[in-house]
Amino acid sequence: MLVSVNWLNNYVDTSSVSPEELAELITKTGIEVDGIDYFAEQSSNVVVGHVDACEQHPNADKLNLCQVDVGEEKLQIICGAPNVRQGQKVAVAKPGAVLPGNVKIKKTKLRGVESNGMICSLQELGIAEKYVPKDVADGIFVFPKDTAIGADVQRLLNLDDAVLEFDLTPNRADALSMLGVAYETAAILDTELTLPDEHVHTDSEQASDYISVGVDAADLNPYYGAFIVKDIDIKPSPLWMRNALMAAGIRPINNVVDITNYVLLEYGQPLHAFDYDRFGSKHVVVRRAGDNERMTTLDGEERTLSSDNLVITNGQEPVALAGVMGGANTEVNDDTKTILLEAAYFSPQAVRATVRDTGLRSDSSARFEKGVDPNRVERAGLRACHLLEKYAGATVLTGPIVFDELDRTEKTVTITEKLINHRLGTVITSAEIETILNKLQFPFVKHDDMFTVTVPTRRGDIAIFEDMLEEVARMYGYDNLPYTLPEGSSQAGGLTKQQELKREISSYLQGAGLMETMTYSLTDEASIERLVSPELRAKEPKPVRLPMPMSEDHNYLRLSMVPELLKSVAYNRARSQMDISYFEMGNVFVTNEQTLSQQPSENLRLAGAMTGMWLRHPWQHEQKQVDFYLVKGVLEGLFAYLAIPISFEQTKLTDMHPGRCASILIDGRIVGFLGQTHPVLEKELDLGETFVFDIDLDQVMDFYTNTTSYEPIPKYPAIARDIAFIVDEDVLAGDIKETIEKEGAPLVKNVRIFDVYKGDNLPEGKKSIAYSLFYQDPEKTLQDDEVEQSYQTIVASVNEKFDSYVRS
Amino acid sequence: MKEQLEAIRREALAKIDKAADLNTLQDIKVTYLGKKGSLTSVLRGMGSLSKEERPVVGELANNIREAITNEIAKKTDVLEKAALEEKLEKEAIDVTLPGRPVHVGGPHLLTSIIEEIEDLFIGMGFEVREGPEVETDYYNFEALNLPKGHPARDMQDTFYLTNELLLRTHTSPVQARTMQQYGGSQSVKMICPGKVYRRDTDDATHSHQFTQIEGLYVDKHVRMSDLKGVLNKFAKSMFGDDRKIRLRPSFFPFTEPSVEMDISCKVCEGVGCSVCKQSGWIEILGAGMVHPNVLEMAGYDPEKYTGFAFGMGPERIAMLKYGIDDIRNFYTNDKRFLTQYHHVKGGTL
Repeated sequence: MLVSVNWLNNYVDTSSVSPEELAELITKTGIEVDGIDYFAEQSSNVVVGHVDACEQHPNADKLNLCQVDVGEEKLQIICGAPNVRQGQKVAVAKPGAVLPGNVKIKKTKLRGVESNGMICSLQELGIAEKYVPKDVADGIFVFPKDTAIGADVQRLLNLDDAVLEFDLTPNRADALSMLGVAYETAAILDTELTLPDEHVHTDSEQASDYISVGVDAADLNPYYGAFIVKDIDIKPSPLWMRNALMAAGIRPINNVVDITNYVLLEYGQPLHAFDYDRFGSKHVVVRRAGDNERMTTLDGEERTLSSDNLVITNGQEPVALAGVMGGANTEVNDDTKTILLEAAYFSPQAVRATVRDTGLRSDSSARFEKGVDPNRVERAGLRACHLLEKYAGATVLTGPIVFDELDRTEKTVTITEKLINHRLGTVITSAEIETILNKLQFPFVKHDDMFTVTVPTRRGDIAIFEDMLEEVARMYGYDNLPYTLPEGSSQAGGLTKQQELKREISSYLQGAGLMETMTYSLTDEASIERLVSPELRAKEPKPVRLPMPMSEDHNYLRLSMVPELLKSVAYNRARSQMDISYFEMGNVFVTNEQTLSQQPSENLRLAGAMTGMWLRHPWQHEQKQVDFYLVKGVLEGLFAYLAIPISFEQTKLTDMHPGRCASILIDGRIVGFLGQTHPVLEKELDLGETFVFDIDLDQVMDFYTNTTSYEPIPKYPAIARDIAFIVDEDVLAGDIKETIEKEGAPLVKNVRIFDVYKGDNLPEGKKSIAYSLFYQDPEKTLQDDEVEQSYQTIVASVNEKFDSYVRS
Repeated sequence: MKEQLEAIRREALAKIDKAADLNTLQDIKVTYLGKKGSLTSVLRGMGSLSKEERPVVGELANNIREAITNEIAKKTDVLEKAALEEKLEKEAIDVTLPGRPVHVGGPHLLTSIIEEIEDLFIGMGFEVREGPEVETDYYNFEALNLPKGHPARDMQDTFYLTNELLLRTHTSPVQARTMQQYGGSQSVKMICPGKVYRRDTDDATHSHQFTQIEGLYVDKHVRMSDLKGVLNKFAKSMFGDDRKIRLRPSFFPFTEPSVEMDISCKVCEGVGCSVCKQSGWIEILGAGMVHPNVLEMAGYDPEKYTGFAFGMGPERIAMLKYGIDDIRNFYTNDKRFLTQYHHVKGGTL
């Protein structure tokens, strides 16, 4: 909603504040003012002149040589506008004038003839092209004949007007009208309000001789008023009205159209004028459209309707889509003499349905959709009639003819001083409440500290105590509310166990050198089946596709975060960021349903992607590329930190390197995987060797306890023993380690692999794996023979199980 | 004999003085003090001395031994120091060469902001709750006073999966769920961070996915001034003690009265600048008193219980705080963006 301050001043005197101060006050009290637009950039030295003479330029066909009287002097001006004529009153920029865009007007010579100024178009005076009336769009603007010569054009055209841009919340439909804004402004400034003149002369002719009104859908159209206005002289509307409409962002057309638009903005009540002589009957019938019924709206489009749409008909065929747009056949034109002026209440649902079906949105439909003030419908019609009498020389027949089942009841809301203060935490007195209600012009009855407030129908948003509480609070001023802290029961706040786990994981991984990312939960079709963790894949989840996505890149609920992480890696590589170590925690969405009937379960997961060099330190010849064991080390460290034992099993997964992929297990259950992505996929996505992991944190949660107990520091020394086995190449180091741990328990506290060797000095197909064993007894100092005995048991057991022998 | 001894002393001390390395000193020590050394051999001839002379010569000999020993020790010390210095000199390195890089990670900026807000409200006794991202129409809209057909419920804005299921458009359903869980008889004091989704085309200021953090406090006597007090505390901790807040009327279907909270602009200190669009204020969050319909639907008697709620967008806070001009930065995960915010804590807006 654009609010011209000049226009607003018709109802309420705002001269005590500047437009900026007014905007600030309105914003603080209820309606956000997004900005202030000065209607046009300032110009100076532009006055009204009379074209005394106008003849063709001696040396140019398309130029006119004009003698213009601007009051204190006469100027010879060369003008190129096609519509300049002798006898016109025009806007003259005198020499020394400055026009918008810092255009300076100087004396000059055009084709050898002196020109002392410029006759201006509205565009040259700074009015946006789209608001300029079409009849003067290609030429200069012509003032009414009675305009005084020498008058300041800036003032006459309202070019100094400030326009406030309201950002209305849906509840404040009342401010979709200048009167609504005037009520609000009067309340804020605590000033008088002057309402517009609605007086209409009585006429001997009866509207009922011309028209009857029937409504077949009273639920959608509880009020229809038909005014008959005769003897109309179609011409431009008065300058002040054209100015007002342009400031509000509406292009002036002619007096009848401008008056209906003006009243629409003034009252918030849409009106429609039909050309009575082309209406086709003497009967207005409002009804639901038939299915597949057709009509041509005044934009020239043929519309196919349904029974959801309300139409105005002449008894036979539709002449308007109720509240949305009129028909082409009955549109007012230059020859119109008599109009049928419609002032009606169309229900929000009816108009919303038509807007939805046709895609037509207008200033009218926007107001009907939010609900117009039932007490202003007929008054708006009268106001338009008043203006038609005055500015179109029209005669208003005695009427209007109405269909009226409109509920105009005003709601009442009861408030008490005590409850107001109880809810706000304030000390507002009864007298202050009284003042506020008076400023808002809400009638009320007072009993002790209780107010029974009658809510005017213009404020359809107020229905319950809390609504009235807001009215009192905003007028009292939120700045005046005290700062208090809750007095209620106190409780200890905190994180859930899962949130603590997430924070622990994040802090560990950051310390380990990984960066946290945030990717999109919605992925694309190519990625949806990719890199789903084996334990999740085993549940056979069904991909969930959005029925109405915004883009094909984001149209599936993800089953894995890894594909989106890989996209981030590729994005960085494409920008020469080659070394990436990323992790993310987030949900994937799991369902077995082909067609969703309930929410998918949301599975919290940890995923990561690592690639490039982990360490680059060339001058000391140290560098380390990210590899499987680096990533595995990070995860082993993480789970050691979480005090959750994990193990790894070689596995094969689609899209993963067949020889470099492991599933991750806790207590024998698969909880995720890690490994290198398949080289074919790496090539497709433009990745280097990239390692990824994906872990189900919901399962990890089952094993996570965030309480740590005390374990005494060992008092007795540990003894280390190294041992190397020679085994077949396909024997897994981890399997041997497991056997060592099992056989060595409880004295073997720790087993470390410190060397793996293949090649010279070993038979073909064999490898050597060397282990460090740490023996410790918490109770006493270990004896050599104890260790030796255990060592022998381990060797025997490993050799038997893995067909190995000890390397000497 | 005395002359002999004095000669040894002179000779030995002169040699010690000249000695240039530890080996020479060792040789000197052997030459004079060793078993076959000259001092020793002189002393062996003591037997030929008279009874009176013996103690005198003996004392002299001991003095000389002591003097030589001391001098050798002193000189050893000097030579050792010199040798060490020489060695260390040779060990000198070029300190301008680069060090071995340490791999560092860090949090995502949005996580930093969310955790900072979480910790602040935990300190005020709020618990942190989360809820599903795929929500039912009921919890996302109906339970929040947005019945079917409500004009503020713009279908175009919501990713519907079915007629009843959708990607949540705000984290408010967590409030409804939590209230229901508390069953209408207990106070609720919670914040809920999380991801939300809107049917928007991604551009510099729109994202189909973003984050929100909302708060809710329901109890027997919650006043609007409590909301103002809590938000003021939040604003001062988050943005600086010198910040002022202001509440402006606004509209949300789930609160009445509804307000928006602005904080005074740091850049211009309220005078008006391009950051605050000349207003002196920056909009930070929406809030209000919980609408009685919302309380009622969750099982709370609005005659007995009142509450306040607030909600904000970490992206917006981050963008304002750091002057980030494109919301897509949060989701493209450009390393050069992520690393800029690895040390974010506190700070000003």
